[in-house]
Amino acid sequence: MPTVAPLDLEGHCVAAVFLNDVPHFAVADGAIHRLDNGHKTVQANDGLLAAFHDAANDRLISGGEDGKVFAVRAGGEVSELASAGKKWVTSVTTGPQGTIAYASGKTAFVRFADGKIKEFKHPRSVEGLAFSPKGMRFGVARYNGATLHFPAAEGKPVELEWAGAHTGITFSPDGAFLVTTMQENALHGWKLADGKHMRMSGYPGKVKSLSWSVKGKWLASSGAPAAIVWPFSAKDGPMGKAPLELGTRGNTMVTCVACHPSQDVVAVGYEDGMVIAARFADAKEVLLRRPGKGAITSMMWDKEERRVVFGSAAGDCGVIDITA
Amino acid sequence: MSDAQTQIPVTVLTGYLGAGKTTLLNRILSENHGKRYAVIVNEFGEIGIDNDLIVESDEEIYEMNNGCVCCTVRGDLIRVVEGLMKRPGRFDAIVVETTGLADPVPVAQTFFMDDDVRTKTKLDAVVALVDAKHLPLRLKDSKEAEDQIAFADVVVLNKTDLVTPEELEKVEATIRAINPAAKIHRTQRSGVALDEVLDRGAFDLSRALENDPHFLDAHDHDHDHECGPDCDHDHHHHDGHDHHHHHHASDIHDVTVKSVSLRGGEMDPKKFFPWIEKVTQMEGPNILRLKGIIALKGDEDRYVLQGVHMILEGDHQRAWKDGEKHESRLVFIGRDLDDERLKKSFDACQAA
Repeated sequence: MPTVAPLDLEGHCVAAVFLNDVPHFAVADGAIHRLDNGHKTVQANDGLLAAFHDAANDRLISGGEDGKVFAVRAGGEVSELASAGKKWVTSVTTGPQGTIAYASGKTAFVRFADGKIKEFKHPRSVEGLAFSPKGMRFGVARYNGATLHFPAAEGKPVELEWAGAHTGITFSPDGAFLVTTMQENALHGWKLADGKHMRMSGYPGKVKSLSWSVKGKWLASSGAPAAIVWPFSAKDGPMGKAPLELGTRGNTMVTCVACHPSQDVVAVGYEDGMVIAARFADAKEVLLRRPGKGAITSMMWDKEERRVVFGSAAGDCGVIDITA
Repeated sequence: MSDAQTQIPVTVLTGYLGAGKTTLLNRILSENHGKRYAVIVNEFGEIGIDNDLIVESDEEIYEMNNGCVCCTVRGDLIRVVEGLMKRPGRFDAIVVETTGLADPVPVAQTFFMDDDVRTKTKLDAVVALVDAKHLPLRLKDSKEAEDQIAFADVVVLNKTDLVTPEELEKVEATIRAINPAAKIHRTQRSGVALDEVLDRGAFDLSRALENDPHFLDAHDHDHDHECGPDCDHDHHHHDGHDHHHHHHASDIHDVTVKSVSLRGGEMDPKKFFPWIEKVTQMEGPNILRLKGIIALKGDEDRYVLQGVHMILEGDHQRAWKDGEKHESRLVFIGRDLDDERLKKSFDACQAA
């Protein structure tokens, strides 16, 4: 039976991650809490809105109401990377070689490791950001589609059009597909080789959490009473195929998904705070955490594939040990 | 669980550049009223107050992908409200200031159409600031000025010191012709009592029409003036004026919005609900606002209705009081409304 080490915090947990195997929790007030031989706290943004785990550099990048971007490393080292002025920084992401990107209003910024910053202005708000796995380009989710920039080179961006507001964005781990979350209850995808569209709809709620399974064979998503898991191993992705529905519950919605690092298993977090793990092959479920106070907002597996760190909208966070 | 979360009230402030929005915002931010407001503005520029809770946001209209022209929301508001609500303890209410040319409809619809926003916040009222001196000109050169008035729950008729009493009468009559259901406050330097613009509950079905005891009455009496449901200004100003406006077919130039007020007895629910659904589906694009109190046959409770374009909300409000006349009243504010047809079809819904 899995055991939960709880950490009750004040406020909305934006991101729950492992940094150097230590659980870290970024809360909306900008405090970064960690369970490192006791509960310790450092301060990042004054009002933290977005955070992204930079796996390659084992750090958490955050953006916030103060218009600033911070990097948080294990052990509590916080450094300011950029300031976008008075406007909110609403989205952050990271690319290869220490590159980060952040969005403020209608501008996407790319900051290279040497501190040089490049601006990409858009006619409409920059909603979501993601680098392609090889980092040659980065994608911007925007109204009526997505834009692909090549930050290291000059040249015209590639525009991918699809009517509606696109709020979040992710590349498949092999770089073959681009998927956006939408203001409508749907995902949209493009096969990048030929621009073919993929419509993934039927969600009763907005999709706010996406997670690629190992080698990008599946894409798990929130926004329904079950984790909706789309198959991406065929050359046309999920087109013409039905998704898996894992961990279906009748009285609540899935708010967060996190795929296992090496197996076809997904951790599923719900609006009522419950967390389960579900296996793709046979839909078998294991309860990891009973319902709590708030919706699960963030989850991550550790490198040893033994623990899951989770955060909630009400601040009742913790670490689940599945081997105990 | 999140259901138990209290919804933060949101006031939307519209009005042309120079109508006095910034003055009113500054009062809301600085006066000692015991409440904390988060304010969403388009530019920090004019507000001379340093406050963490002033958020700059670019107005951004999102059309939904379902092809319905009514289904527009403000994408920036969804983002900002969601961000603010991650730390809800900081403020008691939100004020959204729109640009002078803004269409108030997508702002309002955001609070009905986006699930996340709707869970955490509720639209309290739409307040339009109007410059008494420049309104006639504004109405000539833009549709937005008219829309803002037509859509408002409260109209602050500002800068009254810059016009003559006769001009003021005329401006107020114009406002009343565009929107007979709004409360009008005459002010100078945005000096309206803040409790007349904040925490109004204008979209709250249990409160909305209770605030206006004379809701929709204006059309039925032989008023000697253009007074609306509020009637809280000095009536003697009107003495000697002879108003014979036919309310819903305004003879005031440059007004394209009209209102249709309907009144009837008890309604047959089997006829009324399909009818109102159909009207809002068919006429939705033309309807800016609708409000109504309906007496349903065989129902102990008053049924209240309100709508924005195709969005329709209705609920039982409270029991009819002893001696209270079981009457149905409904007002549509919009463009190209066929009042004859609305009236006829409404009448046909009456219980036998």
